[in-house]
Amino acid sequence: MPIVSARGLSRSFRVSEKDPGLAGTVRHFLKRRVRTVVAVRDLEFTIEPGEMVGFLGPNGAGKTTTLKMLSGLLHPSGGRVEVAGHVPARREAAFLRRITLVMGQKQQLIWDLPPLDSLRVNAAVYGLDDREAARRISELAEMLELGEELHRPVRKLSLGQRMKAELMAALLHRPQVLFLDEPTLGLDVNAQAAMRRFLADYNRRHGATVLLTSHYMADITALCPRVLLIHAGSLFHDGSLEQLTQRLAPRREVRLELADTLPDSAFSGYGELESCSGRDVRLLVDRDRLTTVVGRLLADLPVLDLEVRDPPIEDIIGRLFRQGSIEQP
Amino acid sequence: MEPASTIRRHARSIARFWSSSLAAEMEYQFNLLIEVAATLITLAGSLFTLSLFFGRGQQLGGWSWNAALVVLGIYTLLNGFSSTLLRPNLGNLVKQVQSGGLDFVLLKPMDSQVWLSLRTLSPWGLPEMVLGLALVVVGTIRSGAKPETTALLTGGLMVLAGITILYSLWFVLAATSIWFVKIWNATEVLRSLLAAGQFPVSAYPPALRVVFSTILPVAFLTTVPAEAILGLASGGSLLAGLVLAGLSVVGSRALWRLALRHYTSASS
Repeated sequence: MPIVSARGLSRSFRVSEKDPGLAGTVRHFLKRRVRTVVAVRDLEFTIEPGEMVGFLGPNGAGKTTTLKMLSGLLHPSGGRVEVAGHVPARREAAFLRRITLVMGQKQQLIWDLPPLDSLRVNAAVYGLDDREAARRISELAEMLELGEELHRPVRKLSLGQRMKAELMAALLHRPQVLFLDEPTLGLDVNAQAAMRRFLADYNRRHGATVLLTSHYMADITALCPRVLLIHAGSLFHDGSLEQLTQRLAPRREVRLELADTLPDSAFSGYGELESCSGRDVRLLVDRDRLTTVVGRLLADLPVLDLEVRDPPIEDIIGRLFRQGSIEQP
Repeated sequence: MEPASTIRRHARSIARFWSSSLAAEMEYQFNLLIEVAATLITLAGSLFTLSLFFGRGQQLGGWSWNAALVVLGIYTLLNGFSSTLLRPNLGNLVKQVQSGGLDFVLLKPMDSQVWLSLRTLSPWGLPEMVLGLALVVVGTIRSGAKPETTALLTGGLMVLAGITILYSLWFVLAATSIWFVKIWNATEVLRSLLAAGQFPVSAYPPALRVVFSTILPVAFLTTVPAEAILGLASGGSLLAGLVLAGLSVVGSRALWRLALRHYTSASS
């Protein structure tokens, strides 16, 4: 039984448009030009309990809109969605107790008070008695390596500490389904890594299902065996990250370190020359020709070192989206 | 979950809401001193206005000055109530819609209208509420009315009805920010409406009197409760006040449910 299922899930918004300048403003005031923008179109996917799924797509692809529909904040314009056996938009208490939504750009902690005060409020809202709340707070604090920070006003905490405290507030009721929208946004590398360790740990301990968006591909590669990629509101890929790489990047990157510098023309016939700076050369080679090409390279050129790797997933996806459209292979 | 435990959970949450908003208020000591000073000055101002009333022995729209004092007392009480709960919470509602903070409220297993209406408590309206009550007591005694228990109970009930009507109107105006996002200043509109309730409705020119008792419910905010306390209210106006209070709550809840269907949540 999937814990999350979306069938033909769609959402459109009506937005009004305005030309710049005074004339545009007057026209805008007198007669609104309203356009319907489709944010999410016909999404179909299911997630099994305990899965950790990465949710990828460029800005404006519809990731946040989808997460908001899954957590009941937005009513879908079409299709059906079910999470933990509930229709999210009804926002039944039993549903809300089983989910959480963490938004990297928004915060729920009371700014002027220590996180513990906000946690006390949440404990009451979720109907936890003081003993149970204290137990969960100390468990989460230990997992997140928070200590006396919990006694300091939120406004005095660093971004990393604040985000950890936000997670505590979002997880105090021990939800089974976690929707995380950019939980590592703006954090430094160490804080990001700590956050990833925590999420993996939480998933293991409580068997929680996680759907995660992130701009940092390292979050996805470290946590999510499965990714959903959406583009312009539609689902483009549902599978492992490797499959996505195969599908999007049928070529691999060959890095060479040469004994001498060679002119660019020396590399024609092997593959596409990606970069050539001094003795370091990068080539993109079709997967099916890879072994032949590598053999020829070693035989023909003064190679000191050779490395074959997949181009970074950021680059692949980034290039894809810069081109503006995805061609279905 | 059975209703009793839901109510208990809501009550416990509200207690924590209020203790945390008091704590946040205490966080800035200097600001606290300024607020105390401002409250004292406001009270002094109200008392000065009152002293002008006491100086004259006339009638106001058929009300003796002392009876009119009961109206003024109820107005002061409602004004204090607005400063304590309505203004901080419902003013915040508009901000929450703009900033997207409403999302966190909607994610909680708690009635969102209750949350939004009671999330913070500003202690600075409380002295005004006490002053209002004192005025009601003084006015009642000096006007020579010997109120019976029923009159006092009816009066209390009608004050609650007035508070309910004021709250519902305010909430409805604030809730429309879901559609318009940038709301014209609902707070000011409601304050002026309430300010019209400083004096008995019959003190106004006939045309306004009609407006205040029919289109705008000013009469039910202060005049009718005062009449009830003084034992002067007609059964019809009591009933009308209660029905209006009931309808306004039902209406505000219906509108809120509708508004949430149209909530689009501030982007990301």
